[in-house]
Amino acid sequence: MRRLGKIWTFIVYLFLYAPMIVLFVGSFNNGKDLSEFEGFTLANYADLFRDSHSLGLLLNSVILGLASAALATLLGTVAALGIHSLRGRIRSLVMTLTNIPLVNPEIVTGISLSLLFVFIGRYMLGTENILGFGTLLIAHVTFNLPYVILSVMPKLRQTDPSLMDAAQDLGCTPLKGFFKVLLPQLLPGIISGAIMAFTMSLDDFVISYFTYSSKFVTLPVEIYTYTRKQIPPMFYSMFTLMFFLILFVMIGMNIVQARDEDRRKKHIKA
Amino acid sequence: MKSRFLAGPYIAWMAIFTVVPLGMVVYFAFTDNSGAFTFANLTYAWEYWPVLLRSVWYAVAACLICLVVGYPVAYVIAQSTASVQRVLYLLVTLPMCMSFLLRTLAWVALLRDTGLINSFLGLFGIGPAPLIRNSGSVIMGMVYNYLPYMIMPLYTVIAKLDPRLIEAAQDLGCGSFQTFRRVVLPLSVPGIVSGITMVFVPAVSTFYISQKLGGTEDIMIGDIIERQFKGNLNQNLGAAMSLILMVLVFISIGLMNRFTDDEEVATI
Repeated sequence: MRRLGKIWTFIVYLFLYAPMIVLFVGSFNNGKDLSEFEGFTLANYADLFRDSHSLGLLLNSVILGLASAALATLLGTVAALGIHSLRGRIRSLVMTLTNIPLVNPEIVTGISLSLLFVFIGRYMLGTENILGFGTLLIAHVTFNLPYVILSVMPKLRQTDPSLMDAAQDLGCTPLKGFFKVLLPQLLPGIISGAIMAFTMSLDDFVISYFTYSSKFVTLPVEIYTYTRKQIPPMFYSMFTLMFFLILFVMIGMNIVQARDEDRRKKHIKA
Repeated sequence: MKSRFLAGPYIAWMAIFTVVPLGMVVYFAFTDNSGAFTFANLTYAWEYWPVLLRSVWYAVAACLICLVVGYPVAYVIAQSTASVQRVLYLLVTLPMCMSFLLRTLAWVALLRDTGLINSFLGLFGIGPAPLIRNSGSVIMGMVYNYLPYMIMPLYTVIAKLDPRLIEAAQDLGCGSFQTFRRVVLPLSVPGIVSGITMVFVPAVSTFYISQKLGGTEDIMIGDIIERQFKGNLNQNLGAAMSLILMVLVFISIGLMNRFTDDEEVATI
């Protein structure tokens, strides 16, 4: 039984990684077609670093990811502090509000925001070209906020409220107490929320697709427009590089987390 | 406590950018081009019921396959040693951070008639097998894309199971199958529920997977909505279809949550 389970797990991982292996191989392929290997080359990587257009798209995605993650982290952390002291019906109402973008299909979130933006543009600002970086940023902050809140709230629940009292008894102002006592304890949750927000934003296609304009194009949206013509192989190189970048970041996060857990276990034992 | 006012900006943000936009969807669904009230969009949208039915059926099939495929994997991960668990879990979550557009395109290269799998089969004189542009390839694409969303919550629940419960069941004479059916499975229901929710919602509303891997017969509700908005066809019809999709999703989530009383589960 046990061996069967392991074999099955191996097959499933193969299934999950097969397309990515195809893309890795494609990034070194001399031809354009993913299903025909015409010889090894590094030209796709060279093309990628020479092509200012695709690097610009990547830069756009990174800028949007960083800006929306930063805004969502700030707003979300402050909100988590507020929600933590809410009680009863208002609290459950706010949590329902938080859940809406999580459970709503992305396509509905996307078109609902685009309807709002177009409406605001047409009737309040008198413009037909409201879509752009601003609307993308608002859309991304909106779908990132719940992730930040859901990763900060559990940390907030773990903190001991008497620590803040102690800090104030020892002469801290509430603000100073927050930065010296509460914030360091919330930091792991805030950081993981920020990283999650950044990766969600970087990889988002559906919501961006309905709220972007040609003024500011992100990488996933551009890749979608290649559906009818052959996609340039340098995008496979970009995929490969990003895969290993994300892999290393995740391994790093894992090591930090493992150490954190070990420390906590030792703490409990002592 | 003054700190509760800190939630103010957030509540305002969410009201403006989630509640009001959903109100706009409802408004557009019930008005015509000139802004007059009408039911025409909804009745017109109803003519697409075969598409709606197909979307639900594909998504349900994808959910069930994800559950059957993912459960043993989640179980194996949860039973591994701590360090192996970390590696395997990381490998499940990693694909979710990578462009699903490119990964789906890679499936086209694998599955199409001149693709890698058919070329391989061709070496033995088999094929080409019709692996793409049918309902099977769309459902496979959904399973591929959303399997991690099933494995994650299942793993979380199974890893938290108290091993003493399993020992107790065995002490009381349960065989391994009975232990699984009577102890492990009932206790993993919260994970199953949130896994199914997390697979069903994106699967039922996808348009990219059906466009890339499906044939002309495999149009889904997401395709119709996308066409109304991006093809500048009929935005009011698109809004009506979105409203139907949204109501469908909320009903199914409500139904799923009846299987569990833990209100936080659905959001893991």
